[in-house]
Amino acid sequence: MVIDKTKMTSLAAATSQPEMAGRSLWADARRRFARNKAAVFGVFLLLFVACFALFGGFFAQWSNEELDFSVMGQVAQIGGPSLSNGHYFGTDDLGRDLFARTVQGTQISLAVGLVGAAIAVIVGTLWGATAGYFGGRIDNYMMRTVDILIAIPYMFVLILLLVMYGRSISMLFIGVGLISWLDMSRIVRGQTLTLKGREYIEAAKAIGVPAYTIIRRHILPNLLGVVAVYATLLVPLMILTESFISFLGLGVQEPLTSLGALISEGAGTMSYGTLWQIAFPLFFFVVTLFGFFFVGDGLRDALDPKDR
Amino acid sequence: MTTPLLDVKDLRVTFEIHRDGDLPWAAPRKLRAVNGVDFSLLAGKTLGIVGESGCGKSTLARALIRMLPATGQVNWQGETDLLQLTARQMLKYRADIQMIFQDPLASLNPRMTVGDIIAEPLRTHRPTMGGKERRARVKAAMERVGLLSNQVNRYPHEFSGGQCQRIGIARALIVEPKLLICDEPVSALDVSIQAQVINLLDDLRRDLGLTIVFIAHDLSVVKHISDEVMVLYLGKMMERAPSDELFAHPQHPYTQALLSAVPVPDPQIERGKVVIPLDGELPSPMNPPSGCVFRTRCPRAQALCAETVPEPTAGPHSYACHFPGAVTQEEIAAPV
Ligand code: SF4
Repeated sequence: MVIDKTKMTSLAAATSQPEMAGRSLWADARRRFARNKAAVFGVFLLLFVACFALFGGFFAQWSNEELDFSVMGQVAQIGGPSLSNGHYFGTDDLGRDLFARTVQGTQISLAVGLVGAAIAVIVGTLWGATAGYFGGRIDNYMMRTVDILIAIPYMFVLILLLVMYGRSISMLFIGVGLISWLDMSRIVRGQTLTLKGREYIEAAKAIGVPAYTIIRRHILPNLLGVVAVYATLLVPLMILTESFISFLGLGVQEPLTSLGALISEGAGTMSYGTLWQIAFPLFFFVVTLFGFFFVGDGLRDALDPKDR
Repeated sequence: MTTPLLDVKDLRVTFEIHRDGDLPWAAPRKLRAVNGVDFSLLAGKTLGIVGESGCGKSTLARALIRMLPATGQVNWQGETDLLQLTARQMLKYRADIQMIFQDPLASLNPRMTVGDIIAEPLRTHRPTMGGKERRARVKAAMERVGLLSNQVNRYPHEFSGGQCQRIGIARALIVEPKLLICDEPVSALDVSIQAQVINLLDDLRRDLGLTIVFIAHDLSVVKHISDEVMVLYLGKMMERAPSDELFAHPQHPYTQALLSAVPVPDPQIERGKVVIPLDGELPSPMNPPSGCVFRTRCPRAQALCAETVPEPTAGPHSYACHFPGAVTQEEIAAPV
């Protein structure tokens, strides 16, 4: 037979087949990420912290504001972690339940980190992509603005803001948000500049695709990898910033608390032998930071296979 | 005489280069990437543009579709000078002129499916078209260029270089352009794949009545597909002639040198072939040689060549050289 029948039927099958699903770069990255043990471990750490922050409150026997008068005054002796009186993590110096307070602190720290990263992603990406894509004078003005803002000692400004407008959680969000997008916009701009020289952008221009559509359809999706990696690494940085401010005593205000504030309190009472007061908040703090760093590193490796 | 589809007159592209370390007020240095090129192209014909890398052929292509600032005239169908249009007016003509790029994979957005990539010109130029019709057209275009239409949801990295170039061709053809500019469409491909892609372009040209500007750095590539061939060197036209004429009777020493480098399939001829070496480096386009730009590498160069710029001759076979003519005995005898 001249024509190989099996081959023809297989060809017929191939052409009549319904549309094949493609394997996108994202799917590839997901597989590489899943193979990265440290990254997966990081995901579990973050899941653990998130569950603790979201559902820990249901298990608490005490609210975060209640004072347990039975332990007050002798915290060092009977205020330690115990299951019998419901203080799983012990109590703080005033007899408040440390478990409830750690749950709340984790919530606030995560919120600060996530909000800061979200602002960075939205503002920084748009700013950097616009500056990088249009280039020339627009780029010059936009990036000089960023340079000037970066040159301002932000910690100083943040402290001033908190002192002037009172210590409130929204003020903290604003302060963290104001600084977080600057670096992001620089990174995004640099990446946009390299993307701009790619032939597919040139192809889109030759087709006549309008500039904003090029940014939306061609630049942003290709930036997403860098942005995702930087954002995951930014969350712990924001948490650190907030903790530092809280450690100085300028962060969130009682009865609210954050991990940084708890660590600060715990450090103050360490000398009385109440080590649990610093150990538990510190544990969640460290686990959160490690989780984000592992995931961020894993994302970077997964999204950029050429780098290895 | 019919009006040419594309009539280019005295096209120039000049880049102003500001070197690092120059004082900010120092006059920038001028790089004349395209330095006064004329040609015209009848509808349905193919013009091959050939030259070494750095001779300005890609710049020329980009200048035609206004992706670089250029001066001169680019008359479209004898009525519109594309260079005078505003960006908004130009949009209308972008559907008529499509381009194929050198690096097939790099010219496709890695995050988009093949279907979306091919549909992009339709989305841009026929925004009112419904999704169903668009999909049908994409599939038809894929089949036309020899791709399986059930692969529309795949991503570019799942295709080979030749297939990627077919995707690029499908994208260019989906809006039924009149002119197709191919910027070294096969240079990045394997030789066997090159032939397939060129044959595909040749078929499409015949079936769809396309007009093509085909850029290559190799004369052998354009020979097959071109009606007319233009040889560029340092942004200037060296020789232009109907394809057969150019290959049979090259007049310009540069064309002759390029031709001698083309491999001939017949070993008998290959052995006896005249090889004219192209010595020396391509001079920097920042300060091209005076007079004839080719004189630093020309075997026939004389004092006159350094003094006056040779003007292109009139007629269908045009060349810019003071001493044109067939290859002489001395040139063949000269040690290689
Ligand atoms: S003009 Fe002179 S230098 Fe130029 S190509 Fe002709 S012979 Fe050579």
